[in-house]
Amino acid sequence: MQNNLEIKTVDLETQTQEFLRTGGFTTKLDDIIAWGRKNSLWPMPYGTACCGIELMSVMGPKYDLARFGAEVVRFSPRQSDLLIVAGTITEKMAPVLVHIYQQMLEPKYVLSMGACASSGGFYRAYHVLQGIDKVIPVDVYVPGCPPAPEAVMDGIMLLQNMIETHAPRPWRDNWKVPGFLQAAEGNHP
Amino acid sequence: MNHLENIKSDLGNKFSKNNFGFSNQFGNDAIEVPKEAILPLMRHFKDSGRFDFLMDLCGNDFPSREKRFEVVYQLFDTKTFKRLRVKTQVADGDAVDSIVSVWKGANWFERETYDMFGIIFKGHPYLRKILTHHHFKGHPLRKDYDPNHQQHCSDVLPVHFENDDSYIIDPNRNLVPLNIGPSHPATHGTLRVMVELDGETVNRSNVELGFLHRCFEKMGETHFYNQAIPYTDRLNYCSAPMNNMGYCKAVEKMLGVEIPPKAQATRVILAELSRIIDHIVCIGANGVDLGALTGFFYLFGLRERVYSVFEKLCGARLTVSLLRIGGIANEPPKGWYEEVLKVNEEIKKGINEIDKLLTNNKIWIQRTRGVGGISIEDAIEYGYTGPCMRATGLNLDLRKADPYYGYDQLDFDVPTGTTGDCYDRYLVRLEEMRQSTKIIDQVAKNIPAGDYTIRDKDIVLPEKKDVYGNIEGLMNHFMLVIKGIKPPQGEIYDATEAANGELGFYVMSDGGPKPYRLRARPPCFAIYQSFSQLIDKGLVADVIAVLGSLNLIAGELDR
Repeated sequence: MQNNLEIKTVDLETQTQEFLRTGGFTTKLDDIIAWGRKNSLWPMPYGTACCGIELMSVMGPKYDLARFGAEVVRFSPRQSDLLIVAGTITEKMAPVLVHIYQQMLEPKYVLSMGACASSGGFYRAYHVLQGIDKVIPVDVYVPGCPPAPEAVMDGIMLLQNMIETHAPRPWRDNWKVPGFLQAAEGNHP
Repeated sequence: MNHLENIKSDLGNKFSKNNFGFSNQFGNDAIEVPKEAILPLMRHFKDSGRFDFLMDLCGNDFPSREKRFEVVYQLFDTKTFKRLRVKTQVADGDAVDSIVSVWKGANWFERETYDMFGIIFKGHPYLRKILTHHHFKGHPLRKDYDPNHQQHCSDVLPVHFENDDSYIIDPNRNLVPLNIGPSHPATHGTLRVMVELDGETVNRSNVELGFLHRCFEKMGETHFYNQAIPYTDRLNYCSAPMNNMGYCKAVEKMLGVEIPPKAQATRVILAELSRIIDHIVCIGANGVDLGALTGFFYLFGLRERVYSVFEKLCGARLTVSLLRIGGIANEPPKGWYEEVLKVNEEIKKGINEIDKLLTNNKIWIQRTRGVGGISIEDAIEYGYTGPCMRATGLNLDLRKADPYYGYDQLDFDVPTGTTGDCYDRYLVRLEEMRQSTKIIDQVAKNIPAGDYTIRDKDIVLPEKKDVYGNIEGLMNHFMLVIKGIKPPQGEIYDATEAANGELGFYVMSDGGPKPYRLRARPPCFAIYQSFSQLIDKGLVADVIAVLGSLNLIAGELDR
């Protein structure tokens, strides 16, 4: 029996080289970073209407979004990585929204809360933008008019899952400032 | 008719009587006058003290008429609480005299009418667009404008001031233009304030609105009467049931029906609960703006309790849409009224906690007392209503002045302030919440028996057991959904005391299933007009305090 046993010598040097070559270590680092990102989303609430009030409830004492590591609500786009668009975005508001989105630092995510932000809702109307995906890339849509706070949390958990699994985001990678806004691009400081 | 006769004889002495057409529809007095008479007539009304308050001003469009447009003025008397509607006809491209010289509050209303219909007001100081964006072509409330025709907006207007579109900084004076909003934590998402600073002091200021113009009126005019109820929810989304109530009450008055006592009592409870949560949002958000986050957490806990009651009644939390023309949508579940009483007790405790937290708080007092005050005369001039009006000292509450749903049989007080500053507004709101709990106690303990809605086949949908159980019920349901409610021809202006002030609905019916004209008179539109006056020559930090205390809800401000 003993003769059948093959003795393998482990060359530590070669194995480490091999490990690094296949990118094993860097993948692990990515995972760690993704885990960190997922658990420390800092939302920037863009509450314009009814959904904004419901978003206040999500932040409020009963539902308490802080449990998700989404600890402090930052009204400054420079300090946040999750843009929660809660409420109707009108044609007049659209340039402001794009401006805010551009000011946020990478990596950034967008959650569209409610029917109006996602599609214009039941405002099939002359002054309402028919969905914010016409101007900025959206990662998660939360249905409802307005959605219950539980639904918003579900949306945030979905986003966390996307971040954790490195889900590809082609809508984000191929995004450019929409045509009707490009004329105004240069005006912004 | 006595009231109208009085006006007729009064006007007969001053104006040639033959020109004016007097009428009374659904209990509303109205006179129709030629457009030349508008300015002297309004001045006469104001100077004689007969109607000292301009409640609303809007337009109407009749494409087939020779004189296409109509301007409608709703007047109000703060002493006798009487109302009068004045109408005048204007042809396309023709101008009517502006009445800004009579009431300052007419300014924005006329701008809005110009924006929506293209009616020109001669002598208006700054006749520009107000709700639609600056690239917008055409006038959307005209009947020939397609409701689904969007026009993109590519940029934001630079800082500008009224009467001065080409604003350039004067290098000789050390003034700094500052833009606040529309996305700023203290501007609640959709308000834009532009100020010119001299150090810390506001030299002059301007506001821009329309960032949440969701075309409520156009949507109302392209949907059936019952389908407009969800749209009214989203006017003032902090107190949705009150908006439902205002609209339903106006249409019910047109139909000439009275809802059963149980529905009335339930509506009163819903309205007062909404008033409480609306004031909660106002005080809570104002506190957050001024740095008091604790109040927000205390108050929003209470709000959640009220939501739980709404949820039990209809399944929704914020935008409930639970009232129907003719009553309420469904029977409240068993034990609902007891639950309301229980929640009411918690609210009472909560109000006392807020009282302890803020009323004698030194920081709170110093940030709000003596800030943004306004006199009674100015408040009337601008068209203030609601808590902001009462904070100036004028006791005007429609629940007392023009009682509906049995408010006259309830025991409650109307709190008033003295100086009309931010602190007074806070105190008035706090006391109003207390009075609301008192009302809820009285009503919820004595709920009348009976049905929760009227049973008129042409107005109210049959119960589900009839829809699925017999052919007559099914056909009734089918016909009502397809054909809609058809009120008789005519027009009505009907108002309720909403949380922010007088919420009026001006509904015009042409006998069809859709309102020919549906206009909401939002309380904070008139109040916000005075904003520049309130903050000028004050500190820039006070801008935030004043903004929060006015309780501006963009949904009804921009409609």
